[in-house]
Amino acid sequence: MGNYIIEMLNITKRFPGIIANDSINLQLKKGEIHALLGENGAGKSTLMSVLFGLYQPEEGEIRKNGQKVQINNPNDANNLGIGMVHQHFKLVEVFSVLENIILGVEPSKRGFVDYKEARVKVNEIIKKYNFGLDADELIANISVGKQQKVEILKMLYRDNEILIFDEPTAVLTPQEIDELMEIMKSFAKDGKSILFITHKLNEIKEVADRCTVLQKGKYKGTVDVKTTSVEELTKMMVGRDINLVINKEEFKGNKSKLLEVNDLVVHSATKGKDAVDNVSFFVNKGEIVCIAGIEGNGQSELIQAITGLSKASSGSILLNGIDITKFNVRNKTVTGLSHIPEDRHKYGLVLEYTLANNIVLQRYWQPRFQNKGFLKKDEINSYAEELVEKYDVRSGKGINTITRSMSGGNQQKAIIAREIEKDFSILIAAQPTRGLDVGAIEFIHKQIVEVRDEGKGVLLMSLELDEVMNLSDRILVMYEGKIVGDLDPKKVTIEELGLYMSGAKNDFKGASSDGV
Amino acid sequence: MILRGRAAMEFKKLINTGIEKVKSNYKEGKFSPFFAILLAIGIGLLIGLIVMMFSNIGESIPAFFTLTFGGLTELGDVLYKSIPILMTGLSVGLAFKMKLFNIGAVGQYTMGMFFALVVGFYVELPTGLHTLVAIMAAFVGGALWGFIPGLLKAFFNVNEVIATIMLNYIGMYLVDMWIKGSGKMFDFAATRTKILPQSVQLMKIGSSTSLNIAIVIGILIAITLHIVLNKTKFGYELLATGFNKDASNYAGINYKKNTIITMALAGGIAGLGGAFAILAPSIIANNSMTYEPINVLANNGFMGIAVALLANSNPLGIIFSAFFVSYIQKGGSLVHGGFSYKPEIADVIISTIIYVSAFSVIISKSVGDFLKKRKERKANPSGSSDIKEE
Repeated sequence: MGNYIIEMLNITKRFPGIIANDSINLQLKKGEIHALLGENGAGKSTLMSVLFGLYQPEEGEIRKNGQKVQINNPNDANNLGIGMVHQHFKLVEVFSVLENIILGVEPSKRGFVDYKEARVKVNEIIKKYNFGLDADELIANISVGKQQKVEILKMLYRDNEILIFDEPTAVLTPQEIDELMEIMKSFAKDGKSILFITHKLNEIKEVADRCTVLQKGKYKGTVDVKTTSVEELTKMMVGRDINLVINKEEFKGNKSKLLEVNDLVVHSATKGKDAVDNVSFFVNKGEIVCIAGIEGNGQSELIQAITGLSKASSGSILLNGIDITKFNVRNKTVTGLSHIPEDRHKYGLVLEYTLANNIVLQRYWQPRFQNKGFLKKDEINSYAEELVEKYDVRSGKGINTITRSMSGGNQQKAIIAREIEKDFSILIAAQPTRGLDVGAIEFIHKQIVEVRDEGKGVLLMSLELDEVMNLSDRILVMYEGKIVGDLDPKKVTIEELGLYMSGAKNDFKGASSDGV
Repeated sequence: MILRGRAAMEFKKLINTGIEKVKSNYKEGKFSPFFAILLAIGIGLLIGLIVMMFSNIGESIPAFFTLTFGGLTELGDVLYKSIPILMTGLSVGLAFKMKLFNIGAVGQYTMGMFFALVVGFYVELPTGLHTLVAIMAAFVGGALWGFIPGLLKAFFNVNEVIATIMLNYIGMYLVDMWIKGSGKMFDFAATRTKILPQSVQLMKIGSSTSLNIAIVIGILIAITLHIVLNKTKFGYELLATGFNKDASNYAGINYKKNTIITMALAGGIAGLGGAFAILAPSIIANNSMTYEPINVLANNGFMGIAVALLANSNPLGIIFSAFFVSYIQKGGSLVHGGFSYKPEIADVIISTIIYVSAFSVIISKSVGDFLKKRKERKANPSGSSDIKEE
C-alpha cells in the first residue's frame, strides 16, 4: 500500500439519529502536511476521536505503516507516536514549561523526578527548532503563542512522529501565525507527518501538500493543494459557492449617536487590575464598529459591562441618550440592547431547555408569550417555528430538540435569530462566528450587515482579523484595557492592525500615563 | 374545581407520555431512569435481606416478606404516614430544581408545626376555619425559615446548605423552648403538648386510621407544583436558573428575587408538612397528636431529602416515592413487632436504595449497553463481526 504512515480506511461512526462519519478515508504520507478541511459538524472531531481511541468505529480500520492497529484509548495512540495540539491548551498554569512538558512521562530516579535529563532533552528541541522558550518560565507568565509552542514541545518530547494540530491559528496574531507555519514546514522537512485541522483556506494553501475534505459526515475526496483553487476547496467543503467578501454599501441614513461609552473603567478581581481602563467611544446609527485585539486585552470585560453581565467600576454608558450604566440586564434589554454573548454555552443558551424555550429566552416575559404568569405554549411554539424556518436552524426534533444535542453552528444561529428578531436599537455581538464554518459565517455576516442597513448600530467584538477587516465600518483596537487605535478598515492593512494589537503602535499614547 | 380538572388532565398526560417513553426506550434498547430506580429498590431490598440473614438467619425469610408486603395490610396507615414526608419531599425537590440544596426542611417543618400549634391553642375559631388558619400559619412559619437562608444566599452568597443546617437547630431549640415555656400548650406532667381542640384537627378519611384530608391537599400541591414548574413564567425562570445560572442572568432573570421566593416557598411547603403531622386526627376519641420537646431534629424533615432524591425532584414522582418510603417504613415497624428485628432495618433498606439510586445514571447506561449488545448479537447471529478479515 505504499508509503502511508497512518491510514484510516472506510471509517464509519454512527450516533443515535446521525452518521457522524460515513465511510471516511484519510491517508497520511510520511513527511507531508495534510490538511483536514470541513465545516463544523462535518465530522472532523469525530474522526480525530476515533484516531485517539475515544470512539470505536462501527466499520473501517486504522493502519500504521500498512499494519492494522487497534486503538482503544489515547495511550494506545500515544504509543503509536500520535500526538495532538488541542484548540484549547491543556497546560498547568502554575507549572513551568519544563514541568508541563514532562507531565505524565516524568523520568525518575529512585522515585524522584529527574529534571536534569528532561531539561537536556527539552533544551535540545528548543534549540533545534528555534522556539525561543525558557524551560523554567511559568506558563501563566508567557503569551498564548508561546503556550502553543509548549504544547508542540510536549509532542516532540514524546518523540511523536504524527503531529495533529487542531485549529492552531485561532488564538494567534498574524505574526505568530507566520511563525507557526514555518515551524510546521520544518517539521515536515524532518520527516514528521502533520495533520492540520482547519477551516481557513489561505492557511491550507500556504502550508499543506494535500487536503482531505469532509462534508456533513461524508468523504468528499483528497486533493493536491497546489493544483486546487480556494474556490474549488470551498465548494467541496460547503457543497455550493460561497461569497466570503461582504458586499456592503455605504450607509446613507441618519448617522446620529446611538451608543456612547464615557471613561468606562471595569475592575477585574481575577486579573487584579482594571481590565478596562478609561475607555471612551461611540457607535452611530447604521454603523458597525468592531473591537479588535488579541484575546484577553479587556474586550470581554468591556462587553460584559455594557451588557450588564458585570458591573462597571466607573464611567457611563448611554443608549439613545438614556443612561443605562446602572440598569440591570432586563432593563437594558427593554431599552433596546441585544446581545450575542461570547460564550454561547455559558451565557447564550440554557442547554437543557428545548430549542423553543431558548428562542424566547429574552422575551418569554412579554405579554405576547405569557398571560398572568402562564406561558402561552402555542404562541411560543409558533414563534419558534417561524424563526427556525426563517434562519434555517437545523436540529433532530425541530423546536422540541434539547439544545445541547444541536451542533455549534445551529446553536449560534438560534441565538442570532433570537437576538435579531426582538426589538432593539443596538446589537452587541461578541465573537459571533467563533468556531463556525464558512457557510454559517457567511450567513451571520449577512445578518449583521442587514441590521446595520436597517439603521441600527452594531458593536462587534472579534478576534478574527478577516472578519474585522471585512465587516466593520470602523475598527477600535484594544490593548491592555485601553483603546489604542481608531482605524478605518479601508485605509489600514492587516499588518498594521497586527502592530496595534501587539501594542507596538498606539495613537492615544498621550492620554495614558504608562507607555508600551 | 377548575384546577382539579386541569390537574387531572395534566396528570393523565404525564402518565401517558411516561408510558410512551418507556416503550420507545425499550424499543431502542435503552434503559430508562424509571427502571434504574426499580433496580435500585431491588438492590436495596436484597441488601436488606442480607443484613437480616446475618442478624438472624432463621427469621430472615418470613420477616423479609413481612417487610416487603406487610405494608399492604395497613394501606390506610401507610398513606397517612406518607403525608408529612410528601410535603418535606416536595420542599426539598422544589428547591433542588433551582439547584438549591434545602437541608432545612427539618427546621421549616418544625416551625410550621409550631405555628399550627399556636393557632390551635391560642385562637378560637369554628371547625374547618380553625384548621385552615392553622395550616396557613404553618405555611408562614415554614416560609420564614426558608426565607432567611434564601435572603442570605441571594445577598451575601452564604451557602444554603450551611445556613439551613444551622437554622434546623435554631428552629428546633426555639420551638422546644417556647413550647416548654407556655402553660397553655405544654402538659408538664406528660412532658408533651396538650390535647389540641377538635376544631383545629384535620378531617378524617375513614375511621380505622388517622388518614385525613391532608393527603388530598398534599397531592394537589404536588400537581400544582408540576404545573407551576412546567407551565408558568416563574417555573420557566426557576428551571432556567437551576440549569444555567449564567444564562439566566444573561436573560435578565432576577436571581436574587427568585432564590428568595423559591426558598420561602419550599420552606412553606415543609411547614405544611409539620402542620399536617400535628393536626392529624387521632383514632382515639377526644384525643389529638402531641409533640414531645426533647431536643431532637424532626426525622420527617430528613426523610424529605430521601423522598426527593428517589423521585429525582419531580413533584409527581415525589407522590409515589413518599408512598414507597412510607410503605417500607411500615414494613419495618411490622418486622419489629412480629420478629426480633429492630425497625431500623427499614431505614437501612431505604438508605441503601437512595445510595444505589444515586448511581442510577451509571446503572441505566451499563444495563442499556448490555441490552443493546444483546440485541445486536441477536440481529447478527454469526457473532464474529470483530474478527472479520478484510
